[in-house]
Amino acid sequence: MDITKTHIQSDWEVSKPLLSCVYHPEGEFVFTGCEDYCVWRVKVSDGTKEQLDCDAWVRAIGIADSGNMLITGGYDGRLIFWEGILSTPKIRKSIEAHDGWIRAIAVSPDQSLVASVGNDLVVRVWNTSDGALQHEFRGHESHIYNVCFHPIEPHLVSGDLMGQLIAWNIEKGAQERSWKAESLSKYDNGFRAQIGGFRGLTFRSDGQSLAGSGITKVSNAFAGIGNPSVVVFDYPDVEKVAEYLTKEPLRGVAWNVRLHPEGTIISGCGGSGGRLLFWKPGQTEQVHQLKLPSDMRDLDLSADGKRVAVALANGHLAICLMDEKSPS
Amino acid sequence: MKCRYFCDSEAHSLGRRSFMQAFGAGLAVGGWGLASQAQALAQLKSDQKRMLVVFLAGGVSQLETWDPKPKTDTGGPFRAIPTSVPGIHISELLPETAKVFNRLSLIRSINSHNDDHGKGSYQMGYGRNRMPGVAYPHLGSVCAKALERPNSPLPGFLKIPGGGRGRDAAYLGPAYNSVGVNGNPLANSARHGSLSDEIDQKRHDFRRQLNDRFLLSRRSAETEVYTESFEQALGLMERRDVFDVSKESDVDQERYGKHDFGRHCLMARRLLEQDVSFVQVSHSNYDTHNENFNFHLEQMAEFDTPFSNLIRDLEDRGMMESTLVVVMSEFGRTPRINARYGRDHWGKAWSICLGGADIQPGAVIGKTNDNGTEVIDREVAPGDLFHTYLSAVGIDSSGTFDIDGRELPVADPAHGPISELIS
Repeated sequence: MDITKTHIQSDWEVSKPLLSCVYHPEGEFVFTGCEDYCVWRVKVSDGTKEQLDCDAWVRAIGIADSGNMLITGGYDGRLIFWEGILSTPKIRKSIEAHDGWIRAIAVSPDQSLVASVGNDLVVRVWNTSDGALQHEFRGHESHIYNVCFHPIEPHLVSGDLMGQLIAWNIEKGAQERSWKAESLSKYDNGFRAQIGGFRGLTFRSDGQSLAGSGITKVSNAFAGIGNPSVVVFDYPDVEKVAEYLTKEPLRGVAWNVRLHPEGTIISGCGGSGGRLLFWKPGQTEQVHQLKLPSDMRDLDLSADGKRVAVALANGHLAICLMDEKSPS
Repeated sequence: MKCRYFCDSEAHSLGRRSFMQAFGAGLAVGGWGLASQAQALAQLKSDQKRMLVVFLAGGVSQLETWDPKPKTDTGGPFRAIPTSVPGIHISELLPETAKVFNRLSLIRSINSHNDDHGKGSYQMGYGRNRMPGVAYPHLGSVCAKALERPNSPLPGFLKIPGGGRGRDAAYLGPAYNSVGVNGNPLANSARHGSLSDEIDQKRHDFRRQLNDRFLLSRRSAETEVYTESFEQALGLMERRDVFDVSKESDVDQERYGKHDFGRHCLMARRLLEQDVSFVQVSHSNYDTHNENFNFHLEQMAEFDTPFSNLIRDLEDRGMMESTLVVVMSEFGRTPRINARYGRDHWGKAWSICLGGADIQPGAVIGKTNDNGTEVIDREVAPGDLFHTYLSAVGIDSSGTFDIDGRELPVADPAHGPISELIS
């Protein structure tokens, strides 16, 4: 892997502007949510598409059951469990999971649970096998923007619009701790609105770091004038380690973040053009960026750690290889 | 010699500092009026009508309010919900407003040919395009003048929130300029604690005595204006509690919400109950070039409950028949969703909501195409809206004001009311 050689390996036109994307663990497909109220399954190698009609915008996608189940969370508050996702996807179960948008979901490391969060300020944890509700956690005071499971401990962390993070202990069914990422949320007095929140939230695979992404230094909320930012915390001590900003002050939001097993912090932004962004841990100066053909709205890392799928506002899905181009 | 009472010059705008900054308006000055006696009589019939504007500053999205287009390429993530009027659907962001829609109507076919904030505000407030060197009175000033309550100490055109006086009455004169209030008693309206009733009365008597002597030889429009404004200000001081929203019950303050817009809607109800001719409440901000959906979710949630409670309360008090309520903006927002999940300025096809007074309830005027990019039926211009508002409160919008012998049209003669919307 050589992140400085990262390039777009393939670029597939999907449909309308894209909202979200998730890599299938086997790497053959990417599932991407779209403004056409569908999720599309896109074959990475040739761009072949399969449509999953969700009847809502979907920004929350997860994969469970060893890659055989897709779970989507829609802006209609429905959690849909899909089966046959590598052949002919069908709805196995649909749950009215939240009052208002589902903004994020996360599948537990053993794939037995899926957590969902949204505008009703509640974290709900469901069995992936039958959709039964296992836990409800309340404590957030603003829209919950994201959620992720700890890879080892029985914890999940949820983050909201106000920059509040809460760690929940699933075994105890209780709040473990709460802290705040001040830089990722702001009340804009001029426009009288809160802006920010965790657009991305993820643990490193060893569970020692937690990263959140979003927008910081907002000077005009309604024009989106602020800078993409990634904030990384130690875990479980939740000491803020560092804030990662772009070398040049790019405008926009860091729509998601991934922590590569080898250490690299990968994010991407949209707002005034798209960029894929790279940092080394502990080295807050950005080491590389890749200009994208359109504003980025989501990204995901392939299971083998070699590629990043990027959902773009121009309706394209870009597959970026973090290495030099092959001679062919 | 005929007095030229006002020329809209700085000198005639009543510049007394402090005391008059807050409420030096509402001056009853003779010599003006509608052009004919018949018009004046017709005017009297509408005396008890009044108007409330809720101005959603920045340009609210028609797609996230009054003209949703769910499941289209421009529709965005929100759904449409039914209202209390069969067949009329509005955005799911307005569940409480949907319940009171039997008192409201929609105009879904506005084309203002403008995407600029300043020009849009002017079009909606003045019913015309702004022209260099020409000043027209604001809708609020026209209402304050044409629906004037001669015996009321309150200004006829109040803006919430705000402070001080506007300069929006043009040739109608400063009596009809707006006065800004913010839910608290007007600034500088309390008598200083060191002044007893007796001393206060004596100083006013002394002022009046001097004034009367001065007027014997130097009577002019200006002196009358100052005299009138002092007397009105005194009346206002006695009724300063009208502007104090904390006088409302705890229950009502809870119903409307403790946030600014809730307090301002309750303040508006209080002023309308005092028969103020024109009240404008503003709610900021809807200029959502970025994250249109998140911000409309936030803003409309704040709007929905106090606005619907205000409609309910006006209805319960029997005031909807005499109160025109209009929810407007300077323009709408683009059907196209930009890369930042925003919508930009859009004057080509947008909507307003209105009801009460002589507006037919439960009506929908005009139509946009399937994805809201253009008007396909009954195109309406801001000038038409201006005429419609006036007609709904019983003002002949084709009439004229007689200003120093000049007949000036009440509204832009190039436009007219939406007659099918007037009952």
